[in-house]
Amino acid sequence: MTQLAGSRTLIRLAWRRDRIFIPVGVVAMTVLAVASVQATLALYPDTASLGPAVRAVLTNPASKALYGPVSDLNDPDAFAVYKTTMMGAVFLALFGAAIVRRHTRVEEEQGRLDLLGATVLGRRAPLWAAVVVATLAVTATCAATAIGYVAVGADPVGAIASVCGWAAVGCAFIGVSALAAQITSTGRGCAGLTTTVVAAAFATRAVTDTRASTPAWLEWVSPLAWSQRADAFAADRWWVIGVGAAFMCVCVVLAFVMLEHRDRGSGMLPKHAGPARGGRLLSSSLGLAIRLHRAGAVVWAILFMGLGAVVGALAAGASDMLKDPDVAELLRMFGGETADIADLYLATELGVAAVVAAAYGVATILRTRTEEVAGHTEMVLATASTRRRVLGAQGLIAFVGSAVLMALVGVTIGLTSSDAAGPSVGELLGAALARVPAMWVCVALTVLLVGWAPRHAGAVAWTLLVGFLTLGEFGALLELPLWMRDLSPFAHAPTLPGGDVAPLAQLVLIAIAGAVALVGAAGFRRRDIG
Amino acid sequence: MGSAITIRGLRKSFGSTIALDGLDLDVATGEVHGFLGPNGAGKSTTIRILLGLLRADGGSATLLGGDPWRDVQTLHGRLAYVPGDVNLWPNLTGGEVIDLLGRLRGGLDQGRRDDLIARFHLDPTRAGRTYSKGNRQKVALVAALASDVDLYILDEPTAGLDPIMEHAFRECVAQIAANGSTVLLSSHILSEVEALCDRVSIIKDGRTLESGTLDELRHLTRTRVTATLARPMTVHELTATPGVHDGDVDGNVVSAAVDSGSLAVVLDVLGKHGIQALTSRPPTLEELFLRSYAP
Repeated sequence: MTQLAGSRTLIRLAWRRDRIFIPVGVVAMTVLAVASVQATLALYPDTASLGPAVRAVLTNPASKALYGPVSDLNDPDAFAVYKTTMMGAVFLALFGAAIVRRHTRVEEEQGRLDLLGATVLGRRAPLWAAVVVATLAVTATCAATAIGYVAVGADPVGAIASVCGWAAVGCAFIGVSALAAQITSTGRGCAGLTTTVVAAAFATRAVTDTRASTPAWLEWVSPLAWSQRADAFAADRWWVIGVGAAFMCVCVVLAFVMLEHRDRGSGMLPKHAGPARGGRLLSSSLGLAIRLHRAGAVVWAILFMGLGAVVGALAAGASDMLKDPDVAELLRMFGGETADIADLYLATELGVAAVVAAAYGVATILRTRTEEVAGHTEMVLATASTRRRVLGAQGLIAFVGSAVLMALVGVTIGLTSSDAAGPSVGELLGAALARVPAMWVCVALTVLLVGWAPRHAGAVAWTLLVGFLTLGEFGALLELPLWMRDLSPFAHAPTLPGGDVAPLAQLVLIAIAGAVALVGAAGFRRRDIG
Repeated sequence: MGSAITIRGLRKSFGSTIALDGLDLDVATGEVHGFLGPNGAGKSTTIRILLGLLRADGGSATLLGGDPWRDVQTLHGRLAYVPGDVNLWPNLTGGEVIDLLGRLRGGLDQGRRDDLIARFHLDPTRAGRTYSKGNRQKVALVAALASDVDLYILDEPTAGLDPIMEHAFRECVAQIAANGSTVLLSSHILSEVEALCDRVSIIKDGRTLESGTLDELRHLTRTRVTATLARPMTVHELTATPGVHDGDVDGNVVSAAVDSGSLAVVLDVLGKHGIQALTSRPPTLEELFLRSYAP
């Protein structure tokens, strides 16, 4: 097997390089899954505790689209793994694919494989080693999780069937990534292709899971669905792991064939030459910033419209559940004295969207610092462009972009809302935009950090945002004093739809954002660059 | 002839590290000025202050008659810069970067751009992430040289270029100089500086050690003289002559390092012994440079 010569050494090298990445991934996924199952089992220990309210949530089409069906509505174990099954499958798909990519396409792109290839190394050894290491990582996650499930009281046979479903998904996407590494020529391209396949698989199974009558074979098309087809704690089809393994073998053999037909460093797809001249856009700092953010912004926009569509689809469910006296009672217990629970649901989702949109703004401003560290800003500032324009371009995209994302999510919720009695598109747009001033304060604080404390800007900015999120989500639960909860700008955003608008508070937030951003810009204009 | 760059007593510290400690620099309009010093001497810091990227702690700097910190926009339209370590945007092609930087500077000469791309054998259609170090350097060079400006600031511009490209670079700089533009050339390649520069400044630990034309610098140093004599002389007679150092006699052949001012006297003394053959070699820039740094 000269084609595989050197695999053992490469496997050891891969383990040496990933000795933090892989264990952290394995432990994080395991702990998350087992803790979630333990918490759910503690809350719903027996069939009797799975009341009509819980069933109403589980059979809601929107929940099915996100998490898939529950294998057995009468089994607390089945309910306990219901949320972790799909989330874990997505994680393992991305995890396995990332490991393969790191040791194949990325190594090749960085030229490190040339260094290794000059030694006695079989052509297939790098891909083989990557597949072996990724498979081991997926297997370790599955084994540890199964032990954890049993330890917190789940039925052993079901637990094994459940992680066999996971393993099938992990193997499938190891195979997909092995193919993507041959087809594309850059690490980014490889990651993009794999992620697209994951997203397509998720969308496919979301559709098949929510349709009333689906032919049996269609339920097997999406590899992500194999985690549910294991039917843990019901039919217990542990053999799905064989389906995943077979799929992986086919992919790897195909990848080996492709290896024979391509040069090292290139992919199966022809490398297309880029433009030899700069387009009209590349004439100003703003044009450059737009060009650099364009692709990312499109992804964010799609993400927010997807979020809006899911929230909109769930709206009727939220409204229907209220008609169920059990649910109404349940929500009254949790939700307090809000008049309309359907409105509260929408307001809560918009609140979450606002924090995520603020994260987009923060990341955009922080790009100023990444550009500076990478040495790009130096080249731009050596031209007639000014610091005001360089920062202004990023600021414009951050402030306007985050507001546009909110507008998109508001409009999409309105357009896709399944709740005919719910708020109109216009009302939802207004409700979404009402969060913008609070978001802008977060973005402005990042400008302040980039201007005055550039070295720590990234760490502090993200800590602040997570802090604000925590104050909003858990502040009331932890019974923190009001003044502390009021530190978060989001605490001063109106809870629309349904709540009251305080125009003065909004104006104050905008004024604070403007003032803070100007102080930050002043810092950026007087400090050293680089 | 006015002055393109005037720096007096420039100071800059980064925390407890002193990068510039009273640096002086004079670059006359229209000259090619070599800016020499080992790594860490303060060359890049000086350049970055001239570009308005860093704010000086003390001293003064005047660039093209303006203040490098305040008059950024007007000054930068008149200068082009090649950084020592070129980092390109990974997803922009070389051609896009050249056009972007040229336009941000206020426009570039398309004919000159295409001519330079051909001369440097640069493929402008490749993404920044795929270029080798030498090719990244070429992108920055083309972007700078394609602009018709008054001042070119080049920070180790030929690091990573092959000898053929290095030659093309020298031709370009000679052409720029012939057109009357000023060049500040920071470099480690002393043969390049020797070939291109009218004057040089040598700096060490953030201060200027020496500055002047190569001839002026040589006047401050010694010329190595080797002569074959008809009648032998003693070592004592040789070393007793004023201005002679490291004198050595080997039969009829004598050699010595001679202070530039004493050359006439030494030749007189040697002449009395009947000079049959004589070579005199002025110090190379490398020798000057190394002597400046001798402990």
